[in-house]
Amino acid sequence: MRSEALIWAAVAAIMGFLFIPIVIIIAYAFSAAPIPSWPITSFALHWFSDTWNDDEIRQALALSVEVAALATISAILLGTLAAMAVARMKSAAKEVVSFIAVLPIALPGILTGMALASYFAFWGLNLSYWTIVAGHATFCIVIVYNNVIARLRRMPRSLTEASADLGADAFLTFRRVQLPMMASAIGAGALLAFALSFDEVIVTTFTAGAQNTLPLWIFGAIRLGQKLPEVNVVVFAIILFTAVPVLLAQKLIGESGRVAR
Amino acid sequence: MMQRFLSAFGWRHEGAANAALLGLPAIWFACLYLAAIGALLITSFWTVDSLSGDLIPGFSFTNFQQLLADPIYTKIGLRTIGIAAAVTITDIVLAWPVAFAMVRLAGPRLRAALMAMVMVPLWSSYLARVYAWRLILAHDGLLNWGLAEIGLPGLHIGYSNWAMWIVFSYLWLPFMILPVAAAVERIPPSLLEASADLGEHGLATFRRVILPMALPGMVAGAIFTFSLTLGDYVTPMLVGGEGSDFIGNVVYSNVGVTNNIPFAAAYAVLPLGVMGVFLLVARRMGAFDAL
Repeated sequence: MRSEALIWAAVAAIMGFLFIPIVIIIAYAFSAAPIPSWPITSFALHWFSDTWNDDEIRQALALSVEVAALATISAILLGTLAAMAVARMKSAAKEVVSFIAVLPIALPGILTGMALASYFAFWGLNLSYWTIVAGHATFCIVIVYNNVIARLRRMPRSLTEASADLGADAFLTFRRVQLPMMASAIGAGALLAFALSFDEVIVTTFTAGAQNTLPLWIFGAIRLGQKLPEVNVVVFAIILFTAVPVLLAQKLIGESGRVAR
Repeated sequence: MMQRFLSAFGWRHEGAANAALLGLPAIWFACLYLAAIGALLITSFWTVDSLSGDLIPGFSFTNFQQLLADPIYTKIGLRTIGIAAAVTITDIVLAWPVAFAMVRLAGPRLRAALMAMVMVPLWSSYLARVYAWRLILAHDGLLNWGLAEIGLPGLHIGYSNWAMWIVFSYLWLPFMILPVAAAVERIPPSLLEASADLGEHGLATFRRVILPMALPGMVAGAIFTFSLTLGDYVTPMLVGGEGSDFIGNVVYSNVGVTNNIPFAAAYAVLPLGVMGVFLLVARRMGAFDAL
């Protein structure tokens, strides 16, 4: 049992390692100092209202939400279709397609960004709102695809066959059998895709023109050392608001586990 | 009527039904992602007019010759790959206790709590976490304050390769914990019992049964830890110091500052090649079933 105690001690230390930075950054949001230093000596709340009233931040936030929403919508459509197709395939083709399909998240971000930048340059396209959305959609699709395909793998084929035997055509079967079974996986995938898009910075720097998404604004501010108290507040808010969809997504994925077993 | 016909047709001709489903995503994927990778390879042979900054299409090895001629690019490439490898190994070591405790030791409630505790940092803002470390490791940050409190001399690891190693290991750790935990979960308990029946004690069972069976999970995690480190330039910029450039920094500054897309594309071929080999080996080892 001594080895068990040792493992638990290691787990506690690693969890501390995972969470100390998050706690620190939350604490800094309440610091009064215009330049962050440790220990925090005085606390203030006025940075919250300053941040809320900053037009640059508001515009960046609006752009980030719009881009994430559009990317997520295309991901729901294309990711679900792709997962349904791959789930039906025979092994040889399935292996190839499922290998290629995960490339956008398996290959380094710099590569996706650089590839898109040279692609747009190749066509002489100017970087815009839509190039950001297209870039985000490429990896968001994979997130939805992964969640849906994991669900379909556990879903017995006999259910759709039973539906067909009972006289339903493919569309009715989709609406009444497949979609309800996939729904929570699609939901989880969509939440995670939204979170990923909302947070993305590396690909975005290669696909954004003059526009600033929220992560681009944060990155710029940190690099230039400007508006650091506002950065602290923004970052605190993001942590707070992403924890909710992520835990919700976790719950949605977990529920299916119980049904399938 | 039409619906009925299409449905019956799809049932009889599986290939057609698959094509109909896969059509739209496949077109999107081929026309955007795969074509973009193609464009990257093509433009890497292009050049830039030094006066006007216009792209000159063509086929020349100028960019690659330039990359090979200056030893700095070799050094940056090796630094990037080296740190990516170090981060991967560190994360494998750190992931094991958590994954093992989560799957084999914890009860259902604690298990769910641990799972949530791994998921939240995984998805919470990347920039926030890098920035937190920048503050912690800074000269007057939490780390040196803590060391001073217990009477130790301060460390100057902010803005160094050490800082990058710590921060990358931190950032990608959840990506290793999840697949390793999933792999440990798939090991049938009967195997562990058999190992115990044959007289093996805990550590030997771990080394000879659990570890080899969880290998695909570790490789799956390594795809992420390695690839995410390899393709980053933000963390080197924010916590690395002078002379801690990654491949990504060179690529980024050539696109953003000097506007030399062909040169940047040529250097990006290096991580493409490295990851290509990595992914093919990973697939051989069964990592894709563990993703």
